[in-house]
Amino acid sequence: MIEAPGRPQGPALLEVRDLHGWYGESHVLHGVSLDLHEGETITLVGRNGAGKTTTLRAIMNLLPRREGSIRIAGADMMKVPVHRTAYSGIGYVPEERGIFATLTVSENLMLPPTVAPGGMSIEEIYDLFPNLAERRNSPGTKLSGGEQQMLAIARILRTGVKIILLDEPTEGLAPVIIQRIGDVLMELKKKGMTLLLVEQNFRFARKVADRFFLMEDGHILESFPTSELDARMDRLHEVVGV
Amino acid sequence: MTMIFGIPLPALLGQLLIGFINGSFYALLSLGLAVIFGLLRVINFAHGAQYMLGAFTAYLVLAYTGLGFWPALIVAPLIVAMLSAVIERTMLSRLYDLDHLYGLLFTFGLALIIEGTFRYYFGAAGNPYPTPALLAGGTNLGFMFMPNYRGFVVVASLVICISTWLLIEKTRLGAYLRAATENPQLVQAFGVNVPLLLTLTYALGAGLAGLAGVLAAPIYQVSPLMGSNLIIIVFAVVVIGGMGSILGAIISGYMLGILEGLTKVFYPEASNIVVFVIMAIVLMIRPAGLFGKDA
Amino acid sequence: MTSLDHSGDDRTTDATTSVRKPGQRDLSTIGFVLAGIAVVGLLVAPFYVYPVFIMSVLCFALFAIAFNLLLGYVGLLSFGHAAFFGGAAYFTAHAAKVWGWEPLSAILLGAGGAGLIGLVVGYLAIRRQGIYFAMVTLALSQMIFFIFLQAPFTHGEDGIQGVPRGYLLGIVNLNDPLNIYYFVLAIFLFGFFAVWRIVHSPFGHVLKAIRENENRTISLGYRVERYKLGAFVMSAAIAGLAGSTKAIVFQIATLTDVAWQMSGEVVLMTLLGGMGTIFGPAIGAALVVTMQHYFASMDFPVTVMIGIIFVLCVLLFRRGIVGEAIRLIRR
Repeated sequence: MIEAPGRPQGPALLEVRDLHGWYGESHVLHGVSLDLHEGETITLVGRNGAGKTTTLRAIMNLLPRREGSIRIAGADMMKVPVHRTAYSGIGYVPEERGIFATLTVSENLMLPPTVAPGGMSIEEIYDLFPNLAERRNSPGTKLSGGEQQMLAIARILRTGVKIILLDEPTEGLAPVIIQRIGDVLMELKKKGMTLLLVEQNFRFARKVADRFFLMEDGHILESFPTSELDARMDRLHEVVGV
Repeated sequence: MTMIFGIPLPALLGQLLIGFINGSFYALLSLGLAVIFGLLRVINFAHGAQYMLGAFTAYLVLAYTGLGFWPALIVAPLIVAMLSAVIERTMLSRLYDLDHLYGLLFTFGLALIIEGTFRYYFGAAGNPYPTPALLAGGTNLGFMFMPNYRGFVVVASLVICISTWLLIEKTRLGAYLRAATENPQLVQAFGVNVPLLLTLTYALGAGLAGLAGVLAAPIYQVSPLMGSNLIIIVFAVVVIGGMGSILGAIISGYMLGILEGLTKVFYPEASNIVVFVIMAIVLMIRPAGLFGKDA
Repeated sequence: MTSLDHSGDDRTTDATTSVRKPGQRDLSTIGFVLAGIAVVGLLVAPFYVYPVFIMSVLCFALFAIAFNLLLGYVGLLSFGHAAFFGGAAYFTAHAAKVWGWEPLSAILLGAGGAGLIGLVVGYLAIRRQGIYFAMVTLALSQMIFFIFLQAPFTHGEDGIQGVPRGYLLGIVNLNDPLNIYYFVLAIFLFGFFAVWRIVHSPFGHVLKAIRENENRTISLGYRVERYKLGAFVMSAAIAGLAGSTKAIVFQIATLTDVAWQMSGEVVLMTLLGGMGTIFGPAIGAALVVTMQHYFASMDFPVTVMIGIIFVLCVLLFRRGIVGEAIRLIRR
């Protein structure tokens, strides 16, 4: 377990211990461990192929084979089938966004079933994302990249989850949109959401994240609070390769 | 008497009606195939057998319990759907990760088993099934005489097709289905039980076939062979329409039924093969099918 | 079609173990030895087993071998091969009975006719891939069924009966059971060898490349459509050869030979024996023909039996007999 100073105490909402993952014969995750406390935002950084997306998929039980321990609010998730995972209060915004082409914006928004009370209402969501309200009857894929990313986040917010896994939310987007997404994430943090962010763009990540986890070749190398980011910049460049 | 191209008008309209009815069954069956293929990516060769099962269930229910057409219309598709759900759960679902042709081969074997068994016990001959009393007789429309039951079949099939279309395009369940067709993993991650959805979809498709079978019983007679002759034509319909859309399957079905009917009037020798000839032409001009999206 | 089982593929040394596993060379040697034994067995067989039965097996084995050329080596599942098998049977039966042709020319006519039908069907079917290809071949073959049903020369439900075996090249009397047996054996061996040569030729290597990765083969500059069509026509012609021979042996050509059930049976023979293996189809054919005879005498519906074997093979036994055997040898 990577010890990081300044880490909040108390039980973790999402607790991952010694997670190993395989794609077929290929062993891609090697003993990944991390703790996510309620209201925290942590971010996984690393270069392409480091295993960041794979970690998120493993947590959501989308990997063909995984071993180790995953607990949400103390409950063991390893035996939970894929289609029940969301009911533990965890939502997933994948890298490719996953907006369905044969569904309208509104259908996309309504698709994920409500898994817990306390989710945002449709009105609240359309307030937060007015451009989605405008386009509610368009087919999902007629939206721009930024709008699709908003939609992918919005539909999760409707479901009442407390933990959100976001994979590269700013990838390929214009700075103005990135700013907007940053604002949305800050809003969510204020509401007490717990976020696990995968981001290559650590300049964006540092604005929202409380802690950084560095990943390489399926291993977690180290973690530190955002306050120490400047001191660790060289190490970061080394690992992320940017 | 009015004549069109040398054919008396009532005869022409009578043949068109037959064509429209055949088209109704083509539409119903290719609809079922398209629904199953859309989500499961399986070409359900057993569709013809499920159609036959629906008809036979109606026939046997009548013979053993005296329950007639109207109860059979509910009971038979349900039975066919449930049996098919069991088969999907226990066997078909194991094949989803493999090449799609294994699904075709499995359902082919299934069709042989079902039809062979019925043929063994009931012989190859057709058994008559009575038209429901409520729909007996016919109505004189002036320009032609319309048997009531056949009119009912036309209306019923349109209603079923449109309802299925509405179910898939306009309801929440239909949204789950369409989304699962695109990205089943993500839909599962959202909390939708996709394996159950697959089972229900197969059951729905099979149920549609069974329902078509009950509707067919008073018209075509109930025979173990009724499905296999039909299914191959329905395959051609589906190739013509393209597997892309539900609407395409429905329209192609009706269209081809009518074309077949017309051929029967003007060039009877070719009526058996006209659907296949059209398929060949469509393959030359537009291989993806008239409404097809994927090639 | 990358996940169809191809256990007959090349794989020599296994880098992770120090003991060398049986490689392609060893399998080829085993194959040659077994083939040699089989040929010797077939040469003496008519003295021990009812020759008409063996000839029946040989005809269907050749049919399955022709079918497997397309399925196992190019990766195309044709669900309408009965059109070639039965069509050739009709042409040959007509030529021998009505035109009085001697058997070899009649058979060659049948095979040629089947090849022509194959050209037309293949040309249309190849415009689609994978499962659509299968459906198109099924539909076209059904169309051909209806054409044969209605064509006067086939005599519909009765079929062409009383086809004379005749005198081979005018000299050898094929009514003698031994003569016709060795004639059929010769045809079978010829067909088998032809397929073997095609598979191991440069043409065959391109076919294999197409099966493994079609896009790559296209990018290498090969006119993939031409190769597929070529393989299709060859497969149709050799299937026709099998059908023609069967018409002469059994002296009859019927609608059963062009029906879709026949197309399904040849798929089963190949699947059961092992797709993409040289001996699989023949073994599968032998098994299915034997089982059909056995079950027919038992009053058990043959269709149901075929269906059950299909289902079991697809669920549990996809590599087929020869495929599983190769896997066991390689362990």
